[in-house]
Amino acid sequence: MVKSGTIILNTAARFLMPLQLMFSVFLLLRGHDEPGGGFIAGLVAAGAFTLYLFAFGVSATKQVLRMVDPRDLIGIGLLLGMISVVPAWFMGQPFLTAQWWTIPIIDFKASTPLIFDIGVYFAVLGSVTGMVMTLMEVDKDEP
Amino acid sequence: MQLAILMGFLLAASSPLLHRWFGQRASLVLAIFPAGLAAWLALQAPYVIDNGSLLLEWQWVPSLGISLTFLLDGLSLLFGLLITVIGAFVLVYAGGYLKDHPDLARFHIALIAFMVSMLGLVLADGLLTLFIFWELTSITSYLLIGFNHADIEARKSARQGLFVTVAGGLALMAGLILLGIASDSWSLSEILSSDTDLREHALYTPMLICLLLGAFTKSAQFPFHFWLPNAMAAPTPVSAYLHSATMVKAGIYLLARLYPELGGTALWVGILSVVGATTMLIGSFLAIQHTNIKKLLAYSTIMALGTLTMLLGIGGDYAMTAFVTFLLAHSLYKGALFMVAGILDHETGTKDVTHMGGLRSVMPVTATIALIAALSLAGVPPLIGFIGKELKFESALGADSFNMLLVIFAFIAAILTIAVAFIIALRPFYGKRHQTPLDPHEAPLSMLAGPALLATGSLLLGLWPAALGADALLSAAASSISGQPSNVSLSLWYGVNVALIMSIVSLGLGFLLFKRWDSVRARLSILAPVMRHGPEAGYEGAMNGIVHFSEWQTRMLQNGYMRNYILIMLITLIVLISNSILLRHSPEFAFELDVRFHEAVVAGCMVMGALFATISRSRLGAVVSVGVMGFSIALIFILFSAPDLAITQLLVETLTVILLVLVLFRLPRFSSLSTSLERIRDGAVAAMMGILICLLIMTSWSIKQFEPISTYMIENSAPLAFGRNIVNVILVDYRALDTLGEMFVLALAAVGVIAMLKLRHGEGSENKPSESSKVAAKEPNDG
Repeated sequence: MVKSGTIILNTAARFLMPLQLMFSVFLLLRGHDEPGGGFIAGLVAAGAFTLYLFAFGVSATKQVLRMVDPRDLIGIGLLLGMISVVPAWFMGQPFLTAQWWTIPIIDFKASTPLIFDIGVYFAVLGSVTGMVMTLMEVDKDEP
Repeated sequence: MQLAILMGFLLAASSPLLHRWFGQRASLVLAIFPAGLAAWLALQAPYVIDNGSLLLEWQWVPSLGISLTFLLDGLSLLFGLLITVIGAFVLVYAGGYLKDHPDLARFHIALIAFMVSMLGLVLADGLLTLFIFWELTSITSYLLIGFNHADIEARKSARQGLFVTVAGGLALMAGLILLGIASDSWSLSEILSSDTDLREHALYTPMLICLLLGAFTKSAQFPFHFWLPNAMAAPTPVSAYLHSATMVKAGIYLLARLYPELGGTALWVGILSVVGATTMLIGSFLAIQHTNIKKLLAYSTIMALGTLTMLLGIGGDYAMTAFVTFLLAHSLYKGALFMVAGILDHETGTKDVTHMGGLRSVMPVTATIALIAALSLAGVPPLIGFIGKELKFESALGADSFNMLLVIFAFIAAILTIAVAFIIALRPFYGKRHQTPLDPHEAPLSMLAGPALLATGSLLLGLWPAALGADALLSAAASSISGQPSNVSLSLWYGVNVALIMSIVSLGLGFLLFKRWDSVRARLSILAPVMRHGPEAGYEGAMNGIVHFSEWQTRMLQNGYMRNYILIMLITLIVLISNSILLRHSPEFAFELDVRFHEAVVAGCMVMGALFATISRSRLGAVVSVGVMGFSIALIFILFSAPDLAITQLLVETLTVILLVLVLFRLPRFSSLSTSLERIRDGAVAAMMGILICLLIMTSWSIKQFEPISTYMIENSAPLAFGRNIVNVILVDYRALDTLGEMFVLALAAVGVIAMLKLRHGEGSENKPSESSKVAAKEPNDG
């Protein structure tokens, strides 16, 4: 039922998707101090792909995603979430204790919560995109 | 020792590898392990006998105070030696019995895992460690009974054994926890050495009943005895090992272990001696009705287990001597007899003793072994079985309560057991040769070595009880059961007394019964209709009942209709919450209404959206109006300066609408399915839910029981978590574990939706009506 969109939608989607994705990364990185964070950023990114899906259909979106299957993104997200647990163990601290490091030159705060947040981002992005894509795929094949 | 246990599990896991390396000789290689353990235990014996006990501590999780401590005293030493020595024999024997069996490696995995679990069970000092090993023996036993998994009977028997023992295991866990609470310690050695008298504790009765349930199911006491004969579906080495010498004695071990702390009360004496004596009688009575050699042995094992329980019930120094002696004697002869039964089955191809006969000429060694072991079972001097039986009679005669009952039961059981012993020893080997499915030969050395050594042991210990330090070991075991030093000196001759007369008379009557066995069996077959209503029928009934109940409740609850699920959930919520709100906190409405104009407008939008969603005749309309409601909520978040929530709400709302729209196109046309009565009911439930939530919010506003945690979070988010966005700090730092869990939930939901859609996709045009409603049910999860 979902055909490729109209010219306006197509054009808008082509420009909006990179912007939305960049915005989602921006939201992700600023999340700890300003409104944003992995969950919201993941939803924004998923929105970007959904828009593209509506405009160009499943196969085109798959090309944009290249080799990455949304289901793999879920796995990557969960994996990152679990990895963020590890450093605390080496410090001999309880499970999930946050670790902070400052990268000197750019004065960037790197931390396990950030890794964790990136994990959330990918998990949300993968889940939502995966569901929408599968729904549309099934639609496409059915008369 | 702890290391040895762990090694044992590793060895079990590496058994297939050993099979690849050593082929058929793997059994011999594996047998080195229990033999080595036996040697180690034997080396510890002098110390344990001199000092009473040895505690092997091993810190497991020191920060939580969990340790894997083993307690080695006389009792656990006796059991440990039985487990390892018979284990070594059984492994060698199994190598012959299951020669060329394609799954021999799998058999070894389960058998060694069982051996190690059983060893852990008798050595464990911690109550919970004991329980874990207890359950491990149940599980490995399940795997071993069901070894021939292609056979439906084997599977059924395995399941039955598992259910009965695991159900008892649950009771045992409750009992052990009560024991831990009552004695304020989780270590057996501490409980045994403490001064507090548990018999007077308020929890004594429930604790004892739970522990007894666990022990009785495991040790096949009446009325839970039925699983043991069925467990004979296992290969014979398993029967020899688990279902006579070791696992079924776990319950007995537990009772003996707890005897010094719990034993001796009227309740203890009453239950144990009566149940034990009944089991003893019923076991031996059922035994003579069977012609299957393994069933004969299984029922006589039940008889022996009953005897052991009865002896623990009688209590006192003398009965404990009888207990340990009988235990040792039984393990020796019953292990040997089972292996003989396996040889007969293996060589003749039948298990029915009435189909065998005159095998002595072709299997002279087996016949000799069978004779010695069976005479020990019958209690004929000069075998250790005789000493055990004498002591049993003496104990029954000396019992303080139920004296007459126990003596009569013991006497009848002895007659029946002697008949069984003769059936096994004489029937297959003497008399006329019968045609058997296989042409019998003498068994290979690997299968003869184990039973031969065990039978020799029976003879040697009977003639010379001090051999191999057996009496010192038994003394140590008896004294660790009775809790005070006792000295066991066994001998064949105690002088002419009542017990001896009983022995002689029972021997004569038993032989008579053996002679007339065939006609007696025919007479007893009229009892068959009664037998069908035994405890096993109760078990079957309970199992069928559970299946029917779960079918019924699945039909009731899991009917596949989204509306019913929601209805049940909402009603449950309403009942639970309203109960708490209305009964515990009377609602107070102590707040001022201060509404601005724009707030009222937003609230109005929400109400309109909700109303329109319920009355809308088109799905799209309903979705859009729900969307309106969602966006209004986002507006409220913005008005009350919660930008993160607002962003989240907006995004979730957008995506929900998109997903709903995608799903909606797949649904059938909008139609009215419910009657007006149902609509009124649904409306009422919905209204009640709304009112309830309203009450909940207002109540929670007026009740301030604790300092809100948000203050702490606001104050510490920047200094401790280096973040100014508190919402995010909560998500990724304070409550990161929750978030991690939610990530998994989200991932699972997504995988579920994808799998379900793809599955349906794969089925082609086949449509399942409930599919799309399930998809719709998943959607709220992505918020």
